Amino acid sequence: MGVRGLSQLRIAANKYFINIIPDRCKECGLCIAVCPTKVLGRGSERNLRGFRYVVALNPEKCIGCRNCEYNCPDFAIFIEVGAK
Amino acid sequence: MAVAHPLDKYLRTDRIPTMWCPGCGLGIVMGTLLRAVDRRIKEGSLKRENVGFAGGIGCTARMTLYPLFDSAHVIHGRAIPFALAVKIVKPEMKMIVVGGDGDLAAIGGNHILHAIRRNADLLVVMVNNMIYGMTGGQVAPTTPRGLYTTTTPYGNPEREMNMIKLTAALGANYVARGSITHPQLLEQYLYKALGKRGLAFVEVISTCPELFGRHIGFRSPVDLYMEIRKRIVIKAKPSIEESDYSWEKGFVIGEFVDRDEPGFTDTIYEYLNKIRGGGVQ
Repeated sequence: MGVRGLSQLRIAANKYFINIIPDRCKECGLCIAVCPTKVLGRGSERNLRGFRYVVALNPEKCIGCRNCEYNCPDFAIFIEVGAK
Repeated sequence: MAVAHPLDKYLRTDRIPTMWCPGCGLGIVMGTLLRAVDRRIKEGSLKRENVGFAGGIGCTARMTLYPLFDSAHVIHGRAIPFALAVKIVKPEMKMIVVGGDGDLAAIGGNHILHAIRRNADLLVVMVNNMIYGMTGGQVAPTTPRGLYTTTTPYGNPEREMNMIKLTAALGANYVARGSITHPQLLEQYLYKALGKRGLAFVEVISTCPELFGRHIGFRSPVDLYMEIRKRIVIKAKPSIEESDYSWEKGFVIGEFVDRDEPGFTDTIYEYLNKIRGGGVQ
């Protein structure tokens, strides 16, 4: 649950949580390209606006560098540090 | 959970997604700018109600519509006079002027000259995507020589304009160049620039995937992003001579000028107090 019913995917990675807001994604692929450990990949499902939003293919590889968060132009992805 | 993204508290979320094309660098600049403002607000050196945005016309100036701060979208190239007027009337404000290369270097070129000459207390963020993006990819003063644009089909014959040299020559207090391909570095520059008195000028090398990248052979935003990242040279203390860029040589990023001279607001109030015998605030 997010702002005004925006859905939010919260994926438990190794020590982190990868949060993706599908309805904000514009399928530009920058987060996939900048990820140093290739956690993210292109999805096949479409969001409200018809873009195939990003999915976490290998969440266990996440090292929490937050490159995807910094490089997302549409505020659609962010990393939280989880307790473990 | 009421907040979707950590920066949602600074965003007008009903306007998101932005109008920018997929993969546009402007979203990265906006996120980075908000992170820098957030750092300043958290450490207490800036109050949230004292931050103001001003922008002229263009894709970049649309950035004033999205942050949840006082903001103004004014006529083309005239964001700097507007912000300067706000700053003189309300000296506690921190005005941030955002504009593209067309808005600040071409049409508003005259205004930026005199704002720097006066050392106006503003943060000017010029996002340089090397093209006039909103109107269809025409040649801009900042387009590197030899590149294809819609109005120069045989390559741009003109020299590119170097705003770093210009601002440094006129005496800005802080001059830096960042790039959207290195947002963590850019955040440091913006954070530092927000704490400066006098004019702080930050140029950001950005991408226009739709009307610049696609026309010169990069089919996806990622291709152009990676190409720009290859051409970026990071230097700790670059000299102003090194700021000249071209498509072949690449772009040197770093902090070019960092000095501390009194800003326009201080000077003008001191002057007013001298004539009127004090009491002007």
